[in-house]
Amino acid sequence: MRGVRPAFPLSPMIDFSRNHFDLLGLPARFRIDAQALERAYRALQTDVHPDRHAAGSDAEKRLALQASARVNEAYRALQDPVARAEYLLHLRGVDVRTETDNALPVAFLTEQLERREDAEEAADAQDERRLAALVDAVRADAARLQTEVEVALDAGDLDRGRRRVRELRFLTKIVEDLDEMRAAVLDR
Amino acid sequence: MTLFQISEPGESPLPHPGRRAIGIDLGTTNSLVATVRHGLAVVLPDLEGRPLVPSVVRYTEGGVEVGYAAQAQATRDPANTIVSVKRLMGRGLDDLGDDRRYPYRFVEGQGMVRIATRAGVRTPVEISAEILKALRERAEASLGGAVDGAVVTVPAYFDDAQRQATKDAAALAGLTVLRLLNEPTAAAIAYGLDNASEGTYAVFDLGGGTFDISILRLTRGVFEVLATSGDTALGGDDFDHRVFCWALEQAKLPPLSATDARVLMTRARDAKEMLTGHDAASIDVELSAGAVDATLTPAIFGEITKTLVGKTIAPVKRALRDARLSPSDVNGVVMVGGATRMPQIQRAVAEFFGQPPLTNLNPEEVVALGAAIQANKLAGNREGDDWLLLDVIPLSLGLETMGGLSEKIIPRNSTIPVARAQEFTTFKDGQTAMSLHVVQGEREKVADCRSLARFELRGIPPMTAGAARIRVTFEVDADGLLAVSAREQTTGVAASIAVKPSYGLTDAEIARMLQESFAHAADDAQARALAEARVEADRIVAATEAALAADADLLDDAAHARIDRALADVKARRDSDDRGALTAAVQALNEATAGFAAKRMDRDMARALSGRRVDALG
Repeated sequence: MRGVRPAFPLSPMIDFSRNHFDLLGLPARFRIDAQALERAYRALQTDVHPDRHAAGSDAEKRLALQASARVNEAYRALQDPVARAEYLLHLRGVDVRTETDNALPVAFLTEQLERREDAEEAADAQDERRLAALVDAVRADAARLQTEVEVALDAGDLDRGRRRVRELRFLTKIVEDLDEMRAAVLDR
Repeated sequence: MTLFQISEPGESPLPHPGRRAIGIDLGTTNSLVATVRHGLAVVLPDLEGRPLVPSVVRYTEGGVEVGYAAQAQATRDPANTIVSVKRLMGRGLDDLGDDRRYPYRFVEGQGMVRIATRAGVRTPVEISAEILKALRERAEASLGGAVDGAVVTVPAYFDDAQRQATKDAAALAGLTVLRLLNEPTAAAIAYGLDNASEGTYAVFDLGGGTFDISILRLTRGVFEVLATSGDTALGGDDFDHRVFCWALEQAKLPPLSATDARVLMTRARDAKEMLTGHDAASIDVELSAGAVDATLTPAIFGEITKTLVGKTIAPVKRALRDARLSPSDVNGVVMVGGATRMPQIQRAVAEFFGQPPLTNLNPEEVVALGAAIQANKLAGNREGDDWLLLDVIPLSLGLETMGGLSEKIIPRNSTIPVARAQEFTTFKDGQTAMSLHVVQGEREKVADCRSLARFELRGIPPMTAGAARIRVTFEVDADGLLAVSAREQTTGVAASIAVKPSYGLTDAEIARMLQESFAHAADDAQARALAEARVEADRIVAATEAALAADADLLDDAAHARIDRALADVKARRDSDDRGALTAAVQALNEATAGFAAKRMDRDMARALSGRRVDALG
């Protein structure tokens, strides 16, 4: 199929060169209107989803597949706070995935390692309550950090933003792991 | 009401108002076909008014029988009568485990299992195609003409191989597949549109051989699947089996002959079904090994199947967790599949979610009805409300990386269609080819995941290790089918493959893999760390040996001996399970070669400078 062009001009459905925020019609900042994001996403998918073009030509179906996948990618990146912050930094020239100066503050790391050890003890002891309390504590920290990320990024303090995002990503992973441990205890 | 379509001048008008679109539920035990007529989804029955087609195919002397006729001969002609062919779709002989459970003659060969019948060797795809053909013919007789397109349902947990096999079977049956649709999602469409509901719904789908759970959100005409999970080795058949074992125990009979077993299993199933709406069911039958006379009560049935009921709840919890919801967030629970008629299943679901489940649609027909509604829409027969469906992939897709680990490219429960790319690089200096191994599953080690396909990217220009940039793109379409392509970024060398795997996972394997991935998360982390340490060890050994071969003259004897010792130490520890010792040995080798590396860099610099002078002179 490669190199075969449709016999008639086909509208591209979406502008593939736009960034995620532009594509979904949202201002490029960390604080977003979750409902507006949802509405924009649904409106776009309503136009481009392959189900809307199932009766079309092969070229139209192919285009719908690409456009719909692109919209899903944009939505996924903006919906998740860590992904959104990293994308915003990327748009502003800071690539957090490849940066070399990526150490976390020692006090922060120590606290998280202690929490993980606590969680492992609680899991061994089948202490669901203690695990739940730990999850809540990490979640509260993550919420606080998210506010800091928001303040830093939306004020244009990229350096502070990228350091806080790194911590937030770390905490998000811990929440997931602790949740998994808690679920394992509950399921036993 | 169907609107009459007015054609543009010069275009031929459609032969009839609206296209003939059908929805097919291709089940393990029974199959159905439905369509939308005057805006209403209806199941199309046979001439005798029976809505179901037993999913049984028999190869006779003169041709093929499908459905009730084939089922009637199943015990008499087992080798030529294929039941539950859905279990074999997209499966290799190795996947079946104990193939003596099946009364067929399996044929050795590449890829999917094949069965020798009196009509010749047949694949599960061909056998399924016979069922689909029978459904197509039924629809054509009822609709008065050729079918324009079909939506065929698959369990939400079907992997790429099983989906592809189903699509192939439909094409073989002469159907234009508009979409493969997940069974719980189809049920949600039938329910959601029927009840015009908004909110979060759980679809609890317990079929003859599989269990699916999907969590969906319905908002302003959008059906969004948030998460899906399941246990593909759990179904109504397991409940029959428990009753069978209990009856055998009551009668204190020795192990039964094949014929006796089949008779008692049928009686066990009848008794189970009788309990829905009755206080007791007797199993009273004369077998060649002796008589069985037992009375099954709801209390006994509840006791002997308690663990099975419990097993449905774990995947429900997992799906809710993936959707980040708690049971009380769910506004309604839709029951799908004949096995959900059992009162204790309904009680367990009601207890877990704190509300009685919805049962106002026939649980055996609801999937086909939803598929028909979707087919009608995809064919372009827009009627009434407009709505959109956003579904997910059930199992993560990844690539094998060094050390036998799976690098997940698309995580489970990603909304489809989805495309995602990741860059990989070469491992050795001058490497010109890279083999890509595509896997599906949640575990970290490739050996614990399902192998989907292997392909090779050749013609990479020779570069130093790590310099090539190979971008691998995974693309999953709206049918949940995967295509993979790879391209070397600096030169544009490309390779691509529509993943057409020769066989897929057994249902039991998917369930086991997912269950184990949760149970063994800690083991996996350790295995990953060890595998990574080995990769690092191999890398440094290869680099050191290459450097020694090229520039050993830079070293004095003592330094050379020190490097040799450190090198031998790393090699000796390479295959032990002690990651700490291996990491320490690698560290020691790093230190031993530090001075050597500096000297080599100086020499490289000198060579580069002299080279430039030669160029300048030329």
